[in-house]
Amino acid sequence: MELAFVIEKFALVIVIFMISLGVAAYSTLAERKIAAFLQGRVGPHRAGWGGMFQPLADGAKMFFKEEIIPTQSNQFLFIAGPSLALLTALIGSAVIPWGQSLTFGDTVVQLQVADINVGILYIFGVVSLGVYGIMIGGWASNNKFSLMGAIRAASQNISYEIAMGLSIIALLMVTQSLSLKEIAAQQSGFINWNVWAQPLGFLIFIICAFAECNRTPFDLPESENELVGGYHTEYSGMKLGGFLFAEYINMFISSAVMATLYFGGYNFPFMNDLGLPQNIITLIGVLFLFAKIFFFIFFFMWVRWTVPRFRYDQLMNLGWKVLIPLGIANIVLTGIWIIVKDTYFK
Amino acid sequence: MESLSNRKKVIEQKPMTLAERMYLPAIAKGLAITFRHMFKKKETIFYPEQERPISENWRGLHSLKRDENGKERCTACGLCALACPAEAITMIAAERKKGEEHLYREEKYAAVYEVNMLRCIFCGLCEEACPKEAIYLDGPFLEADYLRKDFIFGKDKLVEAPLKS
Ligand code: SF4
Ligand code: SF4
Repeated sequence: MELAFVIEKFALVIVIFMISLGVAAYSTLAERKIAAFLQGRVGPHRAGWGGMFQPLADGAKMFFKEEIIPTQSNQFLFIAGPSLALLTALIGSAVIPWGQSLTFGDTVVQLQVADINVGILYIFGVVSLGVYGIMIGGWASNNKFSLMGAIRAASQNISYEIAMGLSIIALLMVTQSLSLKEIAAQQSGFINWNVWAQPLGFLIFIICAFAECNRTPFDLPESENELVGGYHTEYSGMKLGGFLFAEYINMFISSAVMATLYFGGYNFPFMNDLGLPQNIITLIGVLFLFAKIFFFIFFFMWVRWTVPRFRYDQLMNLGWKVLIPLGIANIVLTGIWIIVKDTYFK
Repeated sequence: MESLSNRKKVIEQKPMTLAERMYLPAIAKGLAITFRHMFKKKETIFYPEQERPISENWRGLHSLKRDENGKERCTACGLCALACPAEAITMIAAERKKGEEHLYREEKYAAVYEVNMLRCIFCGLCEEACPKEAIYLDGPFLEADYLRKDFIFGKDKLVEAPLKS
């Protein structure tokens, strides 16, 4: 029994790991393709049909590039930086409910690696660890541009984490649970999606998610035209690849979190009225979750190629003077709404 | 002071309205514009297979011309090298021997004629300077290569193919 449990979880971990890496790899292609389409170009199209093998070519290129470790850098931390970035990006996926449960005979397989009752806090913890990879990498490079990028990343993440936390508190007041599995289960169908109850909260959350992933318009840590390459200026080869990959994995995970928290996760409209067996519903649900995730990834890229980068003071203004007050107002409004609902619409 | 041309306009900078300060409507508008661009015709020219149409007075790689009898026109006068603002042209002159009349039109010819394509700015002044109508910039693009020395084009690459017949 114990062994079966371990094997089941292990298999799930491997599958999710592979999927995360695969999605991240193809996000790089998608990014280039979408950038091209939005700019009236065709994007990479030589490697394989329509550029299908471009990520493989890019990966191979990264591996064959010369790895340079600056002599003045702190070697151990220099290597630890991208590793940590990758690690923290990947472990976030552990608590996301990828689907309901699959039943084989009398074994029930939950499509979630760990159903911990503080899933959201776990995600927050992991996300705030993510900045250490950048911080350490930027500091260890011993280069002022890297350090500047790292400092920007740290201050940006700290500022936006607060607003993100505030938007989540309002969400928790609605859901009454910290477990992602339960939050996803509550939103069955279409009407129950949290985004209808928390539109403002979702807006704050998605803006903060952009900032936490260091995506344009908040990509100040790596702003090419001011800081050369920001925190990864000194990196080359696969260590640079690690940083870039971590960014795409982060995007994937935060899309998954957004889909789970606000857009019903694996739930899809009319899922309980189709009269299909549970396993099929679960599989369709997984597909729907991935469709939502891909939409969010597309949205990330779409915004990246539309909106120019903020200035640093604008970024801080937005974080501290706009989003945090809005988050607090959202909490108050949600509280009022809950009381009104409980007293008058019972 | 009064403007003489009467075209001076005072531009007023109004404070932004609330909708403008919210910034989100503008972002939505921008997103709509970029989304529409996804479905527009792609401008890409698939270079090696497809080439951009070039205009009639396009200046490409140089070619050293032959006259109607297939003799090289250049007489190694060096005017092109003098005219060249980029100092891209060098040559070594030689005297035409007996029996070479079918190769060179003038008594003096360029034994070596080199254009350094990395220096050349494709201005076309060499073409204008030439009194013998021997050099024209009517070739294609300059292609990429690995070594600097391969960008110094000698007569083997510059001189037109000999006439058939
Ligand atoms: S095109 Fe201009 S730069 Fe080039 S060789 Fe002729 S004169 Fe010199
Ligand atoms: S190409 Fe024309 S200008 Fe140049 S050396 Fe020959 S004849 Fe003189």
